[in-house]
Amino acid sequence: MVSKTRSSYVPWSQERAVAIVEKHRAQRGALMPILHELQDVFGHIDDRTVDLVAGELNLSKAEVYGVVTFYRDFRAGPPGRSVVHVCRGEACQSMGAERLARHARDYLGVEFGDTTSDGAVTLEQVFCLGNCALSPAVMIDGRLKGRIDEARLDELLATCGTEEQ
Amino acid sequence: MEPVAVFVPLDAASCSVGADEVASAIVREATARQRDVRLVRTGSRGMFWLEPLVEVSTPYGRVAYGPVQAGGVGELMEAGMLDGGPHPLFLGRTEEIPQLRRQTRFTFSRVGVNDPLSAADYEATGGLSGLRRALEMTPQQIVTTVTDSGLRGRGGAGFPTGIKWQTVLDMDSELKFIACNADEGDSGTFADRMLMEGDPFLLIEGMAIAGLAVGASEGYIYIRSEYPDAIKMMATAVDIAHLKGWIGPSVLGTSHSFDLYLRVGAGSYICGEETAMLESLEGRRGVIRAKPPLPAIAGLFGKPTVVNNVLSLATVPPILANGAEAFRELGVGRSRGTQVFQLAGNIRYGGIVETAFGITLGELVEGYGGGTASGRPVRAVQVGGPLGAYLPTSRFDLPMDYEAFAEVGAMVGHGGIVVFDDTVDMSRQARFAMEFCAEESCGKCTPCRVGAVRGVEVIDRIIAGDNREANLELLEDLCETMVDGSLCAMGGLTPLPVRSALQHFPEDFAPKEATLL
Repeated sequence: MVSKTRSSYVPWSQERAVAIVEKHRAQRGALMPILHELQDVFGHIDDRTVDLVAGELNLSKAEVYGVVTFYRDFRAGPPGRSVVHVCRGEACQSMGAERLARHARDYLGVEFGDTTSDGAVTLEQVFCLGNCALSPAVMIDGRLKGRIDEARLDELLATCGTEEQ
Repeated sequence: MEPVAVFVPLDAASCSVGADEVASAIVREATARQRDVRLVRTGSRGMFWLEPLVEVSTPYGRVAYGPVQAGGVGELMEAGMLDGGPHPLFLGRTEEIPQLRRQTRFTFSRVGVNDPLSAADYEATGGLSGLRRALEMTPQQIVTTVTDSGLRGRGGAGFPTGIKWQTVLDMDSELKFIACNADEGDSGTFADRMLMEGDPFLLIEGMAIAGLAVGASEGYIYIRSEYPDAIKMMATAVDIAHLKGWIGPSVLGTSHSFDLYLRVGAGSYICGEETAMLESLEGRRGVIRAKPPLPAIAGLFGKPTVVNNVLSLATVPPILANGAEAFRELGVGRSRGTQVFQLAGNIRYGGIVETAFGITLGELVEGYGGGTASGRPVRAVQVGGPLGAYLPTSRFDLPMDYEAFAEVGAMVGHGGIVVFDDTVDMSRQARFAMEFCAEESCGKCTPCRVGAVRGVEVIDRIIAGDNREANLELLEDLCETMVDGSLCAMGGLTPLPVRSALQHFPEDFAPKEATLL
């Protein structure tokens, strides 16, 4: 999950990356907290980050790469300025989520997992946001929204990806 | 004059329909009217059709207004909301609202009532009395109390919590862990999230008691990343609990230590399976482990580990405080105590209903839930998450009881109930169950990894009327293989929604062309 917009991400810095590893390395099972913070700071986890983490933690690159690619949240490239998650869980389905999911793809002209060509919005599917009594639900840059119909989604999407938000 | 206390939920679901904006509007409108208000942000009462729900403290108790929108706050103030004045949105005393009045809030007693981060309010409302009681007991006495209460795992499997604890207590190890499963990934469930956002200290207290009981000095809470608000709330609450000395090197000033850490998931459903969660906590891919060994014997980092769901742990403090009997006397058969049922999906009055086991499915869906949100007839309900069975309304007489559900090939699970109206196409739901399994399978075992993909294909052929009889037989065969051959519940239970959809709604699997004839 991305809880902030792209404008707050910083460019890659080896020094910063090493500092993040250092901050967490003493914890048990430090890899996940390290990867989370690296993505939180840089916006994504690319090959050089994988190399660096593997070297610092004395793990094989394959192990780190395996973890990064297993989890849906970790991304190899930068996200759009806004990240929109549309819930496709059963509770949301019962209230028209499949129609909403179709609408979101049509409106933005992208499939799930893709970013619009202007870099404004990355569209993702998610299976449950825990808002099942106020379905259908979406999450926009970490903010949960409930009772979303097509019109409301259009309103929300219209404000997405603007740097001012 | 004393400022008027006004309560507005900060629960993520409440905020998803405008609670933050309502809170700001209340402050703004009160200031404009030179009225002194004390705004308290609470968890949610769990009556989501009334959210955002605003409560006002009056001489005759807390009264409620809802659903309130920010734009309507001015009008409410004009109507005298701050003095409990009448208005079409006035709901009377909150605790007299019919859906709430009939509940037994054993675990959720403070959720929606207290400021979740007020340590003083927590203690003033009975918080820490369970932990204090536990500190006067031997580890065996604590475990025995939990066993005697009849508490079973609230995550879905329903394994007796006390027996799990006993296994860890009996293990001889310098290092043991308490791991809280807060990876609430099942659609139709949100009670863990609400508890963490609405009463985080209760979970912390429950984990500290678990630590005392089994001799574990470290705890981990694994929260899914889809719950950013719960993560923030738990992180702050853990910091406060450390500062207050409730946990840390000296639990409430005693020689016991208990450290608590948060870990955040990364968008993997399978990490809600206990062994996959342990792998993830150790910094690896969330691939499940074959059992045995049980986590209670060789769990986190190979050490004896109690793995419990949020609500299992959060139910322990009131059990310790009130005694095993207070919990045990509620419920039916071997399903003791209360369950926090969650009414979700196409439902008029959605939210949580904490009540004793034994209430019927129909009483929950129709009695509490008021039928569908769309106003159309209920056609199917899925109980227990994406891996739970679909049931028709003819099964509404079933009591919510682990054994009664198991007898008819369904499961109570965590008590999440997703309602569908008569527009649902059950063949699509069966297909989705397989699609979901294919998407979320960890890939370790073949029946799940490959079976789910084949399942989608076979159901597509059945729906298309392609060699229907043979493909139905193939699907049944595939389901059997997945049930018998999968290592964990993901592959093993995916056939449950598929088979139940076929069993109860066979007409939906007829070729679409044929139904037109």
